[in-house]
Amino acid sequence: MSVELDVFVVNTTIMDEEVYQLWLDGYTVNDAVKVRMEGGVLEGCDASAEVLHSDTMDQYRTFQMCERLLHSPVKLANQLLFQIPPHRQTMLIERYYAFDSVFVREVLGKKLSKGTKKDLDDVSAKTGVTLKSCRRQFDNFKRVFKVVEELKGPLVENIRKHFLLSDNLARDYAAIVFFANNRFETGKKKLHYLTFQDFAFCAGQLINNWTVGALGESLRSAFVFSDNMVEDMDVDLEKEFLQDLKELKILITDRDLLDQHKSLVCTALRGKTKAFNEMEANFKNLSRGLVNIAAKLTNTKDVRDFFIDLVEKFIEPCRSDKWTAGDMRLYLTHYTNSAHVLDTFKHQVVWDRYMGVIKSCILKMYHD
Amino acid sequence: MPGKLKAKIVAGRHLPVMDRASDLTDAFVEVKFGNTTFKTDVYPKSLNPQWNSEWFKFEVDDEDLQDEPLQITVLDHDTYSANDAIGKVYIDIDPLLSCEAATVISGWLPIYDTIHGIRGEINVVVKVDLFNDLNRFRQSSCGVKFFCTTSIPRCYRAALVHGFVEELVVNEDPEYQWIDRIRTPRASNEARQRLISLMSGELQRKIGLKVLEMGGNAVVGYLQCFDLEGESGLVVRAIGTACTLDKLIPGTESKETLPSSSSPPPFSPSKPCSRQSSSSDTDLSLTPKMGKTPPPSSPFLTLYFFSDPVYFQEFPFFTLTCFPPGFLVHIGGVVSARSVKLLDRIHNPDEPETRDAWWEEIRQEIKSHAKALGCHAVVGYSESTTICEEVCILSASGTAAMLNPRFMREGCLDAGGSEHSCGFCHIPYDEFNMPFPAQLTYCYHCRRQKVPDVLFTTIDLPAEAAVTGKGCLIQARLCRTKKKAQGEVNATAISNLLPFMEYELHTQLMNKLKLRCMNALFGLRIQISVGENMLLGLASATGVYLSALPAPGGIQITGKTPSDLSYDQHISTMQKRINDTIAMNKELYNIHPLECIEEVVGSPIPDRQRSRLFRSTSESSDELSELDLSHGKKDAFVLEIDDTDAVEDIQSLLTDAPMPAGFYSCNTEVMPGIYNWTSGLQMFTSVRVYRLSNANLTNQGLNKIFTDLCENLLKSLYFKLRSMIPCCLCHLNFTVAVPEEELIQVRRHTPKHTSPILYIFPKNILVRSGENEEQLQFSMELFSSSERCSPLPEVRSRSLRSTRSLPCGAPVTVVKMTPLSFLPRTRIVKYLGIINMFFIRETTSLREEGGVSGFLHSFIAEVFAMVRAHVAALGGNAVVSYSMKECVFMENPNKNQAQCLINVSGDAVIFVRESDQEAIPPLIMSGQPSTTGADGTT
Repeated sequence: MSVELDVFVVNTTIMDEEVYQLWLDGYTVNDAVKVRMEGGVLEGCDASAEVLHSDTMDQYRTFQMCERLLHSPVKLANQLLFQIPPHRQTMLIERYYAFDSVFVREVLGKKLSKGTKKDLDDVSAKTGVTLKSCRRQFDNFKRVFKVVEELKGPLVENIRKHFLLSDNLARDYAAIVFFANNRFETGKKKLHYLTFQDFAFCAGQLINNWTVGALGESLRSAFVFSDNMVEDMDVDLEKEFLQDLKELKILITDRDLLDQHKSLVCTALRGKTKAFNEMEANFKNLSRGLVNIAAKLTNTKDVRDFFIDLVEKFIEPCRSDKWTAGDMRLYLTHYTNSAHVLDTFKHQVVWDRYMGVIKSCILKMYHD
Repeated sequence: MPGKLKAKIVAGRHLPVMDRASDLTDAFVEVKFGNTTFKTDVYPKSLNPQWNSEWFKFEVDDEDLQDEPLQITVLDHDTYSANDAIGKVYIDIDPLLSCEAATVISGWLPIYDTIHGIRGEINVVVKVDLFNDLNRFRQSSCGVKFFCTTSIPRCYRAALVHGFVEELVVNEDPEYQWIDRIRTPRASNEARQRLISLMSGELQRKIGLKVLEMGGNAVVGYLQCFDLEGESGLVVRAIGTACTLDKLIPGTESKETLPSSSSPPPFSPSKPCSRQSSSSDTDLSLTPKMGKTPPPSSPFLTLYFFSDPVYFQEFPFFTLTCFPPGFLVHIGGVVSARSVKLLDRIHNPDEPETRDAWWEEIRQEIKSHAKALGCHAVVGYSESTTICEEVCILSASGTAAMLNPRFMREGCLDAGGSEHSCGFCHIPYDEFNMPFPAQLTYCYHCRRQKVPDVLFTTIDLPAEAAVTGKGCLIQARLCRTKKKAQGEVNATAISNLLPFMEYELHTQLMNKLKLRCMNALFGLRIQISVGENMLLGLASATGVYLSALPAPGGIQITGKTPSDLSYDQHISTMQKRINDTIAMNKELYNIHPLECIEEVVGSPIPDRQRSRLFRSTSESSDELSELDLSHGKKDAFVLEIDDTDAVEDIQSLLTDAPMPAGFYSCNTEVMPGIYNWTSGLQMFTSVRVYRLSNANLTNQGLNKIFTDLCENLLKSLYFKLRSMIPCCLCHLNFTVAVPEEELIQVRRHTPKHTSPILYIFPKNILVRSGENEEQLQFSMELFSSSERCSPLPEVRSRSLRSTRSLPCGAPVTVVKMTPLSFLPRTRIVKYLGIINMFFIRETTSLREEGGVSGFLHSFIAEVFAMVRAHVAALGGNAVVSYSMKECVFMENPNKNQAQCLINVSGDAVIFVRESDQEAIPPLIMSGQPSTTGADGTT
C-alpha cells in the first residue's frame, strides 16, 4: 500500500515559518523532515514521520506555487489564488528576499550575468549555502536590479515600492544594485576582512552624496530638466562632480598648499594622540593617497578600485602605524576642516562633499 | 421578452504572455449569452488591458436567464492564424434574478482554462433588468430563492414549510460522444462544463416552478448531485424543501417573540384544536399517560392526523437538519434504503422516466419505514449514488420523525424553545407494538414518557436537547472483498453483501458509542462505495450523551468455550482494557451524568440492545427481507471472543487513537457541549489516494488497512492544525471512493496494476478555535444567561489567525468559506444567492506540474479562488454551507496525464461581526476599489 496522492488545501493559507525557512534554505523534503524531527516538532503529538513528511510536502508545494507571485510581490497582494492575511504576506516577501551575508559578500560588485550564475556552485561550496538557495538569492538580486534599472526616482524608495520590502532590506538591496552597477571590486584578498554591512554602509554614503539623486529634490529636477538625463540618478555617480574632483589635485601638487595643510593639521593634533609622530611623518603620503583617489574617479576602472585604493593607500598605512579608531576620527576631522582655512584653496564645496563620504567610509572600514 | 441582461468588460490583469516575440498579449473579449455574442476591441500589447467596453445588452426570456450562464471568453488576437483562447469565465446569473439577493455582479474574476488553470483575471460588471411576468403558464421561476443551508436561513423566518421538492434531468455526457474522438480535450471539457451548467440551471428552474405551484418562495436545504454514469449518460438531480420565507427586519430578531405566535393564527378558524397543538410536546408529555395509551393515539395527535398536511404529501420528506424550536415532536430513528441498479443508456433524455422511477421506489420504501416507526415524516433526508461500471447503488436515508403540523399549515411559531426539552427523545411508536425490539425506560428528564436506550439520527442536535459532557466524532469503517463480475451477476453479488455491511457498520457504531459512554448519534451518514473487487463502507456520526436517555451500559466480553485458564485470562485482560477505555473516555468527554438514585424502571443498564436502524435493500425489483439487527436473542454488548469477527471488532474498538488534547471533532454543525466559539475559522479540503499493493487481501487485512488510513488521516489533520489548539473540527465530512479500472481504460490508460486504489477525501472540514476547559466553564455561564451575542470581555488570542476582514486597504476582499450554515460570533445580514460551480481540469504535463499531488493541490486552490472571487463579485464576504459535492480524479501517469472534476456549492452571504455596530456592513464595498460605480438600476 502506498500513498499515491496526498493534498491538504485551506481557504486561508497556513504556512509554517520554520518550514518556509527550510524551503528557502534549499533543503530537500527529506532533509527538511529530518531537521524538523530533530527539532522535536513531533514531541507531544501522536504523529509519525509519515505525517511529518506529508505536511512538509504540502507546505513545499504551497511555497512553490507562491514563488511565482513572490517574484513580483505587488501581485501577491492582489492575486486571487491564495488568501493570505497581509501580515503573512509581508513575512513571506521579507523572508524570500532575505539573503545570507556570506553569500552576498561573494557576489557583491560582480556583474549579475549568466556567467556569474554559472559559478554559483563554487560559491555554494565555498559558503556552505545550498546551491538552490544561492540561485534564489542571486535571482532576487538580478530581478531587483532589472526592475530598478529602468526606473526614475530614489533607489531605496523604488525598491521598497516595487518589492514591498522593509526599509532595512530595501537599503541593502540598494547597496547590492549600486555595487553591481558600478562593479566595485570587493573580492580582493585585502578586502576580505570587510563585511557586507560595511560595504552597504559605504554604498549608502555614496548614493546619498555622490549621485545625481543626492542633489536634493529641487536641484535634481533642475538638473534632470536641463540635461535631459533622466535615468540612473541614484545608481551612477554624478559625472560633473567626478570632473570637479580633479580640481582637488592642487592640494598635493602645490607644495605651499600641502605644507600649509600639514602644519594646520599637525598644530591641531599635537598632544591629542599617541600616534602623532606617525601622523606627522605620513601626512604627505596619506594626503596624496586620498587626493589621488579623488582625481582618478573619472575613470570607470578606478571607480571599481575605489575600495581597494582606500584600503591600500590609507587604511593599511594607518593600521601598520597602530592608529586607534579615535585617532582616525581625529585625524580625518582635522584633515577635512583644515582645508577650509587654506585661503588659496577654492574648492570647499567639492572638498566637503568628497571628504564627508570618505571620512565615514574609512571610519566604517577601519577595523580588523 | 421579460429580461435584459447587461454586461460590461472593464479590464484585465495578470494575463499570460501569448506572444513570445514581444512578451505581451493582444487581448480581446467575447461575451456570449445563448446564441448572441458581442466582442470588445482588441487591446494591443498589454498584460493588463483596459477595455472599458460599452454595455453589452442581451434581451432574453427569463427562462433562458435561469438556464444559461453568461460566458465570457478572453482571447489573444492573431492577425494571421486563428485567435488563441486564453480562458473563460462562466457567470451564473441566477443570484441577480431575485430582488432580495444580489443586484449586481462586479469585480475581478479569475480567467479559467481547463488545461492551464487560472490565467489572469478580468473585471466585469453584470446586471439584469427584469420585467415581471405574471403569465400563469410561464416556464420560468425567477425569484424563487435557493439555499444550500439545511436550516431556516438566519435573517429569514419560515412562514410556512411546504415540503419535499425533487427533480432530475439527464443528458448524454459529451465526454462519451463520438465527436470526442476528434475534438481537443479543451473543447470536450468546455462542452461538459457548459452542459452541466445548463443542466443545473434547468434543474433549478424546474424545481422553482414546483415551489411556486406549492405556493412557496424558497428552497431550503437544496442538494444537487451529479451522477456521471459514463456511457449511459449524465444525470443531474436535486432535492430540497420548499418553504415560504419572510425576511426578518433587522433589529426585530426572532428573540422577541413575534405577536403572531401568541395570538390565534389568522388562517385557521376552522381548526379549534390548533391552539392546543401549538402548545407542542411539552403539554403532551405533561399529560399523565398510563399503561395502555401510547403517545400517537393521544387525542390531540389523532386530531392532527386528520388535518395534518403532512399526510397529504406524497413524500413527507424534509432535507433540513436543523429546525425551528417546537418543529420536531418526536424522533423515531434512522431510516435508510438502498437499491442496486444496472445502468443502461438513456435513450430519450427528455423523458428520464427510469431514473425517476428508481428514486420513486426508494422514497416509497423510506416512507414505509418511517410509518413502521410510527412517524409521519422524514427529516434530515438525503440521497446519494455510487457507480462502478454499469452497477449503480442508489441510497437514501433520513430520520423518521413526528413533526408539529402547524408549521406546514400556519407557519412557524416562534415559540420560546430555548429551554431544554426532552420531547424529541420520546418514542413515537406504540410501546406494545414496537416495530423492532427495544429497551424502553422512562425519560430521565421528565420521567413521564418512554425513551429508547439509544437514538440514531441523521439530523443535527436540536437546540433544545440537554446534553451531558461533550460530543465526539464516531466512525465505523468496513471493507469487504467481492469477486470481480459483470452485469447482473455483479449486481446480485453486491446486493447480497450490502445487508451484511450495514449490519456490521451498525454494530461497530454501537460498540464505539458504548465505548465512549454515549447514547445517541447525530448527523449519521453512511457511505457505501463499490469498486471492482471490493465494497467500502464508512459511517460517520457525532456521538453525544443525551441527558434524557438512560446511561449506556458497558461492554462485556465472554468466551464461548470457557475451558482453559489462559483463555480466560486473555478475556479478562481484554475486558479490563475495555473498561479502562470507557473510564478514560468518560473523563475525556466530561461525561458525568447525575446518578439516578431511584431506579424507577429497573437497571439503567439495559440487558439487551437493539437497533434503532431500519433499513432494507433491494436489487432491481426483488425486495430482500428486512433485517433483524438485534442480533437475535444474543446480547449485543456481549462480544464473544470465539468468533473472528468479534476479535476484529474489539481490535477496531481499541485501535481508535484518542484525540490529542485540545482537539474536538464532530461531523455536525455544532459541537455538542461546546458553546463558546471564536470567530477564527479555517476551512480545508484534504484528498488522499492510496494504492493497495496486494489485490488478494482478506477482509480482515483490508479492514485493518482502511481503518489505519482513516486514523492516519485524522492524525495528520491534528498535526497540521496543532497551532490552532484549542480547536474543534466541525462538519468533518469523509468521502471514500474506489476508482475503477474500467474508467481508466476509457481514458486510454494502460491498467498495469490490478490493485484497486483507495481514494479518501475528507472535505469541507472546518476548524475552529474553541476554548480550553477553564474558559469553557466561565463562558458557559455567560452563554446561558444571554444568548450567543454576549460579547465576551477578553480578546481571544486566536483572532489573529482568523482571516480578518479588513475594511479597507486590502486589495482583495477576504472571503470566508465554511461548511456551517453560520459563522460564529457574526451575524449574517444578507443572502446573496446560491453558488453552484462545476470545474474540470486536465493536464498533459503531469510530472511538470508536480505530479498528481501538485496537480490536484493547485486545482483545489484554484477552485477556492474562483468561489471566493464570485462571492466577492456578488458583494459578499463569506460562503456558508459550502460543500465540495464531487471530486473525481483520474490519472494516467504513463501518459503523463490527469483529469479532475470538482463541483462545489454554497450560499454567498454578507456577514457582520456581532461587535460591529449596526451601521453599514463595512465589507461590501471594500473589494473592488476600481472602476465601476455600482448604481442600482434594477
